[in-house]
Amino acid sequence: MFRSHVMICGGTGCTSSGSDKVAEAFENEILANGLENEVKVIRTGCFGLCALGPIVVIYPEGSFYSRINDSDVKEIVSEHLLKGRPVTKLLYNETVAEDNTIKSLDETAFYKKQVRVALRNCGVINPENIEEYIGYDGYQALGKVLTEMTPDEVIQVILDSGLRGRGGGGFPTGLKWKFASSNRGKVQKYVCCNADEGDPGAFMDRSVLEGDPHALLEAMAIAGYAIGANKGYVYVRAEYPIAVNRLQIAIDQAKEYGLMGENIFGTDFSFDVEIKLGAGAFVCGEETALMTSIEGHRGEPRPRPPFPAVKGLFESPTILNNVETYANIPRIILNGAEWFKSMGTEKSPGTKVFALGGKITNTGLVEIPMGTTLRTVVEEIGGGIPNGKKFKAAQTGGPSGGCIPASLIDTPIDYDNLIAIGSMMGSGGLIVMDEDDCMVDIAKFFLEFTVDESCGKCAPCRIGTKRLLELLNKITSGNGEMEDLVRIKELSEFIKANSLCGLGQTAPNPVLSTLHYFYDEYVEHIQNKRCPAGVCKALLNYKIDQDKCIGCGKCAKNCPADAITKTTYIAPGHKLPSLTIDPAKCVKCGACMDGCKFGAISKG
Amino acid sequence: MKSLAELAAIRDKMRQTVATRDDKASVRVVVGMATCGIAAGARPVLNAFTEDVARRALENVMVTQTGCIGICQYEPVVEVYEEGKEKVTYVKMDPAKVARVVSEHLVGGTPVAEYTVGTISK
Repeated sequence: MFRSHVMICGGTGCTSSGSDKVAEAFENEILANGLENEVKVIRTGCFGLCALGPIVVIYPEGSFYSRINDSDVKEIVSEHLLKGRPVTKLLYNETVAEDNTIKSLDETAFYKKQVRVALRNCGVINPENIEEYIGYDGYQALGKVLTEMTPDEVIQVILDSGLRGRGGGGFPTGLKWKFASSNRGKVQKYVCCNADEGDPGAFMDRSVLEGDPHALLEAMAIAGYAIGANKGYVYVRAEYPIAVNRLQIAIDQAKEYGLMGENIFGTDFSFDVEIKLGAGAFVCGEETALMTSIEGHRGEPRPRPPFPAVKGLFESPTILNNVETYANIPRIILNGAEWFKSMGTEKSPGTKVFALGGKITNTGLVEIPMGTTLRTVVEEIGGGIPNGKKFKAAQTGGPSGGCIPASLIDTPIDYDNLIAIGSMMGSGGLIVMDEDDCMVDIAKFFLEFTVDESCGKCAPCRIGTKRLLELLNKITSGNGEMEDLVRIKELSEFIKANSLCGLGQTAPNPVLSTLHYFYDEYVEHIQNKRCPAGVCKALLNYKIDQDKCIGCGKCAKNCPADAITKTTYIAPGHKLPSLTIDPAKCVKCGACMDGCKFGAISKG
Repeated sequence: MKSLAELAAIRDKMRQTVATRDDKASVRVVVGMATCGIAAGARPVLNAFTEDVARRALENVMVTQTGCIGICQYEPVVEVYEEGKEKVTYVKMDPAKVARVVSEHLVGGTPVAEYTVGTISK
């Protein structure tokens, strides 16, 4: 029996900041102190507060250590584990009160307003041990549906819960299952999982796979029972090595325990899951392209109808849900539809996981009830904007979504509200921008991504997005005309209406929404050839204030283009002549400004 | 997995293990583990508590440790904090005494008066 559990984050974020080394150091120190039979070291999934990784939590006290590196471990073992004195200076500072007492994690701003349903086991269990999952009621829901419920009853519970697809579109999950439920036992059917999370800045699905892979497997088996399928595929990108590895371990363990395979729980239901690795093409997150890729063909979409529920994978009825959607299913089965509906809003029940990124203090993973306002997410949970900058906008839905400007920061986040203001839920990336971000540049960034990722099958997307990007480039390089804004709008609408799949149909969204909310910024680029945020290089001019310049020459030393020279002007009170920048030679790198201690250089 | 009963058996076994990570505890057993406590044999006491509490599946009890409590001559010292009740301090503990504290105090609700600081320091 272990008296203490040391939980070390093994998610991708903390692993890349060195949590493997920390875990190794703990193992060694614990051995050195003879504590190996008293203290257990466990690698978990993501705790959510990725900005402060590597994260280590020690139970039973629940002490939350942040930014731990291997040199801190010796002290933690000898002080905390041996002598029972938490090392306060290494704890997450939000958990240490002014009088040096330690607060519970649930009292910190980051966790206080979160409700963890899909992420309930992330950071709590060892994802590579099926028994820990079972210890937290794992596979109870599968047992319940197989022994107590008919397939139609299962579908009814999911319908009643109002669960909507967490991958972007927000289609009711129960309805999807219902469409695929006819002819049970007579035709081959498939249950697929979309784990091809490709939006820049999104990592919700990866975290569930890394932290709680059995939840996905259990839910897929439940879905298989509900629609009458005996085979499942998880389509996951090969760029997620930790997730793929843990998922494979989970599948092997589930088979070993008889929770997957033939005659589960002695019933006549059999179910098997296989992993299909994707090569990382964004378009393969689109359902028809994903299935084409599983079949072994080039990942390209095809027109719908027929919908996958009728004719999907290998021409058979198929349901496809994303990881986070599945992660909700076991809890809904165990706790009931009413419990699920008690969270969130009327039309968007439950919770949603967001990957917070960009200009925000607490970069990481948060799960909040639907209907929470953007202000709560940014200012309270996210800890606000660093360096005292002002919130400008947040991008939701990645390259398919749009931005939410500061004026709409009190919008409650749910599917319908986001659509109404020209963005979308998407899979849950939430990128925060401050006053230093240029909205034309942001639109360009997302569009560059979709231009790269367009599969090229249909012309509106392949050619249209490229032309659209050229128009944006024209504006940011200072050659824009007012007519371009009309062309951008017209072309965007055309691409949306005529593209074959979701990629093209949503690709112009970031452009349209920034154009709508930040029209003045576009106009400023075109009419005054000025980038107000100081991002678009071609429109920037660096200038030296000759009265502030003391003539030290630091900027000239820093300049890689030899664009800075001495003038003959000596400002009153100074001894050396001031300097000046030759705009013809300037490459606008900003090195001069970074080096000036006197604030004499400005850009604009 | 043949049956739900087997699944339930694994779950119940694992619940004892993972109970360490729950914060439902209303009773805290705190063992003094400073140099003085360790020298006097606090570690076997701590481990005996951990094992006994897990064996009896006392989900409301958390066994943890602290530094020097300040009465080094009475180590190993164990304090039991219970919501709404006065703290009970056991002194000069050893693993054999632990079993009685767990059964009479943590399960039964009556502190073992003869092991407390009040009795022994007299």
